[in-house]
Amino acid sequence: MSLHTKRLYIEDVTVSFDGFKALDKLTLYIEPGELRCIIGPNGAGKTTMMDVITGKTRPDAGTVWFGDKLNLLTLSEPEIAQAGIGRKFQKPTVFEALTVFDNLELALAGSKTFLDTLLARPSRKQLERIDEILEKIGLTEQREALATILSHGQKQWLEIGMLLMQDPELLLIDEPVAGMTPHEIERTALLLRTLEGTHSVVVVEHDMDFVRSIAKRVTVLHEGRVLAENYMSVVQSDPRVVEVYLGG
Amino acid sequence: MQRPRSYALWIGGVRDPGSTWFLGSLLALSVVIAALNLLVPESSALHLSRYGLTLIGKYLCYAMLALAVDLIWGYCGILSLGHAAFFSLGGYAIGMYLMREIGPRGVYGDPVLPDFMVFLNWKSLPWFWHGFNHFAFALLMVILAPGIMALIFGWFAFRSRVTGVYFSIITQALTYALMLAFFRNDMGFGGNNGFTDFKDIMGFNLDSDRTRVVLLVITAVMLGASYIACRAIVCSRAGRVLRAIRDAESRTRFLGYRVESFKLWVFVFSAILAGIAGALYVPQIGIINPSEFSPINSIEVVIWVAVGGRGTLYGAIAGAILVNYAKTYFTSALPEVWNYALGALFVLVTLFLPRGIVGLLPLAKGNHAGKPKKDVETFIVPAKTPEPSSE
Repeated sequence: MSLHTKRLYIEDVTVSFDGFKALDKLTLYIEPGELRCIIGPNGAGKTTMMDVITGKTRPDAGTVWFGDKLNLLTLSEPEIAQAGIGRKFQKPTVFEALTVFDNLELALAGSKTFLDTLLARPSRKQLERIDEILEKIGLTEQREALATILSHGQKQWLEIGMLLMQDPELLLIDEPVAGMTPHEIERTALLLRTLEGTHSVVVVEHDMDFVRSIAKRVTVLHEGRVLAENYMSVVQSDPRVVEVYLGG
Repeated sequence: MQRPRSYALWIGGVRDPGSTWFLGSLLALSVVIAALNLLVPESSALHLSRYGLTLIGKYLCYAMLALAVDLIWGYCGILSLGHAAFFSLGGYAIGMYLMREIGPRGVYGDPVLPDFMVFLNWKSLPWFWHGFNHFAFALLMVILAPGIMALIFGWFAFRSRVTGVYFSIITQALTYALMLAFFRNDMGFGGNNGFTDFKDIMGFNLDSDRTRVVLLVITAVMLGASYIACRAIVCSRAGRVLRAIRDAESRTRFLGYRVESFKLWVFVFSAILAGIAGALYVPQIGIINPSEFSPINSIEVVIWVAVGGRGTLYGAIAGAILVNYAKTYFTSALPEVWNYALGALFVLVTLFLPRGIVGLLPLAKGNHAGKPKKDVETFIVPAKTPEPSSE
């Protein structure tokens, strides 16, 4: 193995629920600035893997390190978020009763204790940052609109925007294009490609056209293990992958 | 694209029309009440009687309790069905002071021991009664007793991530357990009789209209101040975090907010408000006993808030006053139908007025505190387009 630091190390991670092994000695590495797609049939362990990385589920065995210094298994969910790992859920979850601006403001990096937020005002720099993200996710026009009136696709982008506000080093994105129109899918692909290089991005997705349009390396999970890991074109023609998933 | 948003915390929080109306009417009410009682002669039809004074004082204390419940329920989704417990703890704290103030004027004439202790043959004051001869100490306890109770209870409940209906049930258990404890004579809080026969407060005779008017005005001022404090919280970024927790708790956690800590802060603050309301209630009503802890009382508070309009603060206050006025009227005119009327009111409001009575007012429009109505979804994109799955 090379000597340079990887962004994320997942080694021999096992998670079982009542005897069912959701993850079975899963080993996976993510490089800095890499855009990685993870595919696999239902029950392959994709969501469980995200849960382990973000601290929602504790594994029975194995290690998870963020860079060389942070052992994620010892941190709580808010601590992991503060450390620079942002997660986007499958179902868009934005704060519908708040405006688009407020949603992004809550996602600002900085102190998040009750007393500090009681008196907090966004600084000029932070306001500029919010406008910059609004531009990036294409919601400048909807700045003062309540999030509840956004379309499904716009909510997904807003949520990605909320992750970007924290300037995370690693972004975990669960099924970003489910339920999107073809036009929205195209814009989402564009958005994710602009993140590559500056952020490590892990995308779990079912939509193969979308994966093909953004991915370089693809990891195929099956029954809690890595079945194959390679370039999309190679993975697509791997007979094992075709059997469990693509060929279906 | 600079937004015209006011970030001034204290003043900016009460600039909306609802707040202006509420604070204005509260001020007018205090002046009118004081004048009608003290300046208008008793012979006049316009004279406000002692009974009327007590009644309005009671409504304002209940309004403050409703405000405390709306802060946590309307904005943070914490449905406490035990807030009457914090209200009663505040009431008991001030009641202990009022009992000590009686001094040798009790039926048994003991210089230190309240009557019920003499009756129980107690020889000396229990340790936790010391200090309550000082008004300032009692005031401190009005804040600390409900505050610490809420801190301990909330710390365990929120840390264990007890939410929703489970949280509501254990708050009912809390108030019920306290009721049973306070019913016991050997707890040292007067058993089922509680405290009554108060004589004076800080040397002012409680049996004089002048003292009662001052108490009422203090209640109105405290209600106004609590309202401003609650508005300041809900208009701050912390207030937006509370609404975020209400609508998407785990998303808030993944943004890096310690949800438990936010809930605990606001829960303790709310319990202290309820305690202060109880402390204002007892000297005006003249009695506190364990029935104040009964579980039904806490449920009624939630009904006031729901009827008035959840998540607006002034709605909770309007609801508390209206429902209690109706209760006063019905329990004297048609006592047997009151419980049915209250139940029916709750069902009807839930079905037909999900935003409560204030939802009917034009000034409530544009208030983003409540959950926005679904029918404003005007930009819905066509549903999922089926994509050919790749082979």
